[in-house]
Amino acid sequence: MSSNRHPVVDGIFSIKIGGEAGQGIKSVGLMLAKYAMRTGLNVYDYIEYPSLIRGGHNIMQVNISAEPVTGAYQKCDLLVALNQDTITKHYQELTDGAGLIFDADKKYDLAKVNKNIALYPVPLAKLAKDADGAELLSNTVALGAVVGLLGGDLNGLIDLLSESFGHKSDELQKSNIKALQLGYDYATQNFVKAMKPILTSSETTASVVPQILVNGNEACALGAISGGLDFAAIYPMSPISGILAVLAANQEKYGYIYKQPEDEISAINTAIGAAFGGARTLTATSGGGFCLMTESYGLAGMTETPIVIIDGMRGGPATGLPTWSEQGDLRMVLHAHQGDFPRIVLAPGDPKETFELTMQALNLAEIYQTPVVILLDKNICDNDQNFAQFDTSGYQINRGKLFNKVDPYYKRYQLEPDGISPRAFAGSGNFFVANSDEHDEYGLSTEEIAMRVSQVTKRLTKQETCLKNHTQGPQLYGPKEAELTLIAWGGTKGPILQALKELPTVNFLHVTWLNPFPASQLATALKKSKKVLNIENNYTAQLAGLIKEHTGIELTDNLLKYDGRPFFVDELVAEINRRLA
Amino acid sequence: MTLDDLKTTCSPTWCPGCGNMTIWAAFKTAVVKEGWDNTNTALVAGIGCHGHITSFTKLTSLESLHGRALPVACGLKLYRPDLNVFVFMGDGDCFGEGGNHFIHSARRNHNITAILHNNGLYALTTGQTSPLSPHGFKTKSTPAGNPDEPINPLALAITAGATFVARVYAGNIPMLTQTIIEANNHQGFSFIEVLQPCVTFNKEFTHQFFQENTYQLPTSYDPMDKLLAYEKSHEFGLKQIPVGVFYNISTPTPEKKSSLKPGTEINHQAQNLPDLSHLFDSYS
Repeated sequence: MSSNRHPVVDGIFSIKIGGEAGQGIKSVGLMLAKYAMRTGLNVYDYIEYPSLIRGGHNIMQVNISAEPVTGAYQKCDLLVALNQDTITKHYQELTDGAGLIFDADKKYDLAKVNKNIALYPVPLAKLAKDADGAELLSNTVALGAVVGLLGGDLNGLIDLLSESFGHKSDELQKSNIKALQLGYDYATQNFVKAMKPILTSSETTASVVPQILVNGNEACALGAISGGLDFAAIYPMSPISGILAVLAANQEKYGYIYKQPEDEISAINTAIGAAFGGARTLTATSGGGFCLMTESYGLAGMTETPIVIIDGMRGGPATGLPTWSEQGDLRMVLHAHQGDFPRIVLAPGDPKETFELTMQALNLAEIYQTPVVILLDKNICDNDQNFAQFDTSGYQINRGKLFNKVDPYYKRYQLEPDGISPRAFAGSGNFFVANSDEHDEYGLSTEEIAMRVSQVTKRLTKQETCLKNHTQGPQLYGPKEAELTLIAWGGTKGPILQALKELPTVNFLHVTWLNPFPASQLATALKKSKKVLNIENNYTAQLAGLIKEHTGIELTDNLLKYDGRPFFVDELVAEINRRLA
Repeated sequence: MTLDDLKTTCSPTWCPGCGNMTIWAAFKTAVVKEGWDNTNTALVAGIGCHGHITSFTKLTSLESLHGRALPVACGLKLYRPDLNVFVFMGDGDCFGEGGNHFIHSARRNHNITAILHNNGLYALTTGQTSPLSPHGFKTKSTPAGNPDEPINPLALAITAGATFVARVYAGNIPMLTQTIIEANNHQGFSFIEVLQPCVTFNKEFTHQFFQENTYQLPTSYDPMDKLLAYEKSHEFGLKQIPVGVFYNISTPTPEKKSSLKPGTEINHQAQNLPDLSHLFDSYS
């Protein structure tokens, strides 16, 4: 491997597996990531795929390190090419001394591949056929070869594969195991001293505590179940379909309801109906689906119905980039719907924060009786990362101000100094109208001036109460004093934290609460900073605008990326170093 | 319970003679007869003249958005199968803005009762054509006559999968009361089209028109015959407007007996957190 780079970067081994959609890139990539985690290593994987089921170009990058790894790299240390396209598109990313695994029998054009790259031709298709399978098993042969080449243990790999085949036929499982074995044996016999023994078991931070490998979708669903979810209605959409897959599969076991509605309009209204009946509810979508939900986003605000809405952002507008990432929806969720109503907007930075904030969001929605939006993005949704198994011991379900009596004079929208009225459910014996029209304290329609003013004020007072009691300021990472302060929100956290390891004079403010906005904490933090760089995955620097609006502070240096790809760690380091020079 | 128990502080704001008055009367009569109250019943309404019923009836309700009453009601019923759920919707409300929800609520056979206040136009916006206005019908938005054909709500309900489909004239309070009770007793998606005169904007579908031109489906009529029901639903003309239960069959509904997690109660603050260790294991 190359010798003159920073040791931390040297400590990241980046493997890319590429091929067409349908060649099983993701399934072997995920198995490789999990295998590495089980050997005690840290992993972060990153998936690129087009919006189609067959053909196109798919790539999965698995970053492996003894230290925690939280971002994707452009550089590649081992490329596994299941087609010519993978070589053509990625040969330039190979580092000096990197390896290239490809099918020995396919006449791939390797002319452009640098002489310093170690070539590992493996007869992938032939071995796949030898394993009683079709050429389709080439991916499994390649996985065996990768693990063999990197000093891994075949038995651990077979265990992992068997687990994943739990419900499929024995024949299929047998031929897959055979394919693994043939690939593994081929690599160990033919390239015996070829590469670093990256995948040998090691004592690391990750090997001490039980680890899980999850992406943001899974973490969100797990957080919802942990947080006492009663009801979810989700219409499928990239990139959040993974949330509904976990929720749908586990509903019987954990006793909540998941229902697939006819569209996103129905999703949010169905959730509102369930919440009216007393359920802790959640729905999830991407920006386009959120547009459809906008109408009832305000209905939840007006009727003071708790609901959690996940928006997994992708490239917009319209259909945009369905399978790519962006942070373009911040302003939308802050302003969507006519009129003023309180809304809480949170943006976790990784799957662990997604887990925690989803649990918290279910509480916040009920405490403030208003919609809570969680902004994820495709990178958080899809990319897997290892974490110590999530701890829920500090969490308690909080259902807010519930009205547990029966009272003929019950006032659902009673005027209260903190804006929060006692909440009863349908069927509680208490009469009220959860009314989309302006209403009095009982919920009965009114257009009378004083009551209109009081109810608007009451609803928006909840936002003030939340700002006082719950809003969190930005989290500071890195040294207190720094030459340059980075500021970002949501999913750019991972690559920034990873870059920070190479930038000892830089610190980082991560914003997870976008509304009610932590203006005073941000202003204080920013005034302490010598020089600030705002980093966002959008064109309009939406956070910077928000900061200016709330604090008057104008951030003039913005690093903006809106090509659908995440900030790569090496790309960020270069950009930041340019500013430090 | 008496009718007086259903009074709120609001008095009806519908025009004198409006079909909504008698729909309201029939519904309240059913409520009293059946003992529906705030412990066992909830209402959901759309937006339009019909939706005001929630302010005049002392039963817990959610007045939703234009066209969105059905999905709200479906969510409520899924989580609270213990409640009688009634949905009040207008013809523009349900079949313009909410058409997709109607098809899918019927298809999934949610165990709710959906009552269509069909006055054949948009009344609250002072008289424009609706998806149920007849061809050639003159309104503010169709001064030369409605160029489009109307939706046939009964035929659509039967086709989409509703399992109880009925039509009643709003002025026939006893029949409407009985049909609402029958619809609520039915397990599945119950749809009642109420022929509702709009005395202010609809000069064709008047009380007199419906009184003269509706006839009761004969006792020999078989409501379990889907094709017959479909055929009957297309009959509409002078002296030829059938009323009664067109279709009534029994098929499974998506609601469970109870949706509550074992050991939990509605309205209880404390809940045990689920043990997720097994679920976490699958990610290890």
